[in-house]
Amino acid sequence: MHFQFITLNNHLQYILFLADSTLILSQRNSEWCAHGPILEQDIAITNISLDLLGQARNFYQHAANLLNQSNANGETVSEDSLAYLRNEREFKNLLITELPNGDWAQTILRQFFFSVYQHLLYSRLLKSEDKQIAAIAEKSLKEITYHIKWSREWVVRLGDGTEESNRRIKAALDYLWMYTGEFFIPATFEESDPSSLREQWLETIKEVFEEATLELPAGGFMQQGGKTGNHTEYLGYILAEMQTLQRTYPGAEW
Amino acid sequence: MNIQIRKFYYGDIPEDAGGSGSSAQQPVTNGTAWPLWEVFIRSKQGLDHKHAGSLHAADAAMAIENARDVYTRRQEGVSIWVVESKYIHASNPDEAESFYEPAADKVYRHPSFYDLPDEVKHM
Amino acid sequence: MPLADLEKIFQDKIDAEVKIEPKDWMPEAYRKTNVRQISQHAHSEIIGMLPEGNWISRAPSLKRKAILIAKVQDEAGHGLYLYSAAETLGTSREQMIDDLLTGKAKYSSIFNYPTLTWADMGAVGWLVDGAAILNQVMLCRTSYGPYARAMVRICKEESFHQRQGFETLLVLSKGTDEQKAMCQDAINRWWWPSLMMFGPKDSESVNSDMSIKWKIKRKTNDELRQQFVDMIAEQVKLLGMTLPDPNLKWNAARNHYDFGEINWEEFWNVVKGNGPCNRKRMEARRKAHEEGAWVREAAMAYAEKKKTREGRKVA
Repeated sequence: MHFQFITLNNHLQYILFLADSTLILSQRNSEWCAHGPILEQDIAITNISLDLLGQARNFYQHAANLLNQSNANGETVSEDSLAYLRNEREFKNLLITELPNGDWAQTILRQFFFSVYQHLLYSRLLKSEDKQIAAIAEKSLKEITYHIKWSREWVVRLGDGTEESNRRIKAALDYLWMYTGEFFIPATFEESDPSSLREQWLETIKEVFEEATLELPAGGFMQQGGKTGNHTEYLGYILAEMQTLQRTYPGAEW
Repeated sequence: MNIQIRKFYYGDIPEDAGGSGSSAQQPVTNGTAWPLWEVFIRSKQGLDHKHAGSLHAADAAMAIENARDVYTRRQEGVSIWVVESKYIHASNPDEAESFYEPAADKVYRHPSFYDLPDEVKHM
Repeated sequence: MPLADLEKIFQDKIDAEVKIEPKDWMPEAYRKTNVRQISQHAHSEIIGMLPEGNWISRAPSLKRKAILIAKVQDEAGHGLYLYSAAETLGTSREQMIDDLLTGKAKYSSIFNYPTLTWADMGAVGWLVDGAAILNQVMLCRTSYGPYARAMVRICKEESFHQRQGFETLLVLSKGTDEQKAMCQDAINRWWWPSLMMFGPKDSESVNSDMSIKWKIKRKTNDELRQQFVDMIAEQVKLLGMTLPDPNLKWNAARNHYDFGEINWEEFWNVVKGNGPCNRKRMEARRKAHEEGAWVREAAMAYAEKKKTREGRKVA
């Protein structure tokens, strides 16, 4: 399957963008499984990983259905061929999702940034003309609401916890901040302009940061490229690992 | 009492039976262990909360979330109570006889104690 | 009450199948045996997350990835239930984890073997979980109440583990030649270690066995092992695979399968720390615990600050 030769319309690209972002973040969060700071939180972060994986699968399955309908005589596409046989340049996930986990502070803060963004975006998707996207968004929002609650509490705990935790979450903020701009930079395939989500996103972040005794950075340079397939060097390794069996044994069923 | 357990089972290798992956090192505990909480789950509307187990958490909000992740992964609950274990007061098992046995001969508290003719329905 | 009387009351309860509960009087050795066994069991669940966690990032389909994550997560839950059961006996989880990380406490040696291919996810589920389940089903009736209740919960959740393991292998056994070979290879590597999971032969243990008398355990190592061999020898036929034991043969007179001798030297070597992954497993747990220290500390510090602030508000 050579996806680069299939022309994907904007709508399909958009679904894949939603799928890729949730899959890659799920993949990163699942690295914590068996390595968490305490059993209870190991289970918690793994639950979030599973939620994100479920969301990704829903989007991939939807994309596969649409592709198969429009390409009735060609090769059949599945959630797995979309996740396992597309390459680095074809993945459209947000850069922030592919960054290394770092320490617990970095993982938590990324999750918080992402979940708040995701909540705003998916609330808008509820009105999507594509009923399937709206349905997936509706189901996901329940999960995302919990992810926000969980991650925001942790942001506050770490920000207002010990000197060390405060130092660490500040370092995480320093590292992650320049990857948050991409949420709001529109790509050609996006259904509606995400830049208008920015204000509300900042509002929530600010409110939680105040409780966490953290300061909101003032603007600064923002990285972008994930949406158009210009990734960090990390993504190649994620995919190499994730896709190894499908690539080594083409056509095998698992 | 000096009892030697000599039979080994899965997960039950005696401590003197050899080393481990790494040589013995200094304990790593730093005394910031999270307190223990007891978790009570209502499995569906209309039923009582029932003791499900325990877990560790730094505060009550976290204890409820941990309980959600640990004890309701398979839709076992619709409501959660948590209480820090140290606040549970329990009856003393040494007093079991004086506590519970006096109820044994009060058979007249049970409906089956009363013989009624079969003609009396719905009672 | 004199000690002898207490002991008699205790043993009478056990004999009458009355469960022992945390605040009941119990012989010190009963308490110690339970703490040791339950915590070793808990450690085994936690260390057991590592060999399977090793394949989460490489699971060959999204469905398999979800199943594997859920399964490893269940094991964390099982470890947690078991630590909680042990804590009712007066030993803190921190203490138990310290004992594990300092090498004082043991865990099941099976997890010191590496998971080399995807087929190992199937073999571990089918053979290792299969062996564990026999042990765990028996433990649902163990005499210590909190342990028995933890086991009931665990068995309920565990029932999907062995099934998914077998199903993983079933798919491979019907796949390409490479997949079939991968499947047979995994069975070959995991068969003997899983037989070792039941521990040394009954004849190797000399003294009277208090674990049986106290109904902590209800079956001997050899009984459970035989039960396992009989079960697996039949199931392997459905996979069209073989078990790596030329002496495996149905014995009509015994109504059981006969099987070959276990390599006990290997068993003790792995127990003593010379297994392929002993060091790696311990390092991973130690790292997680040490790197988690500041997180646990921060959460506690925040909880205390918050409590103080709320107290001030009320006052």
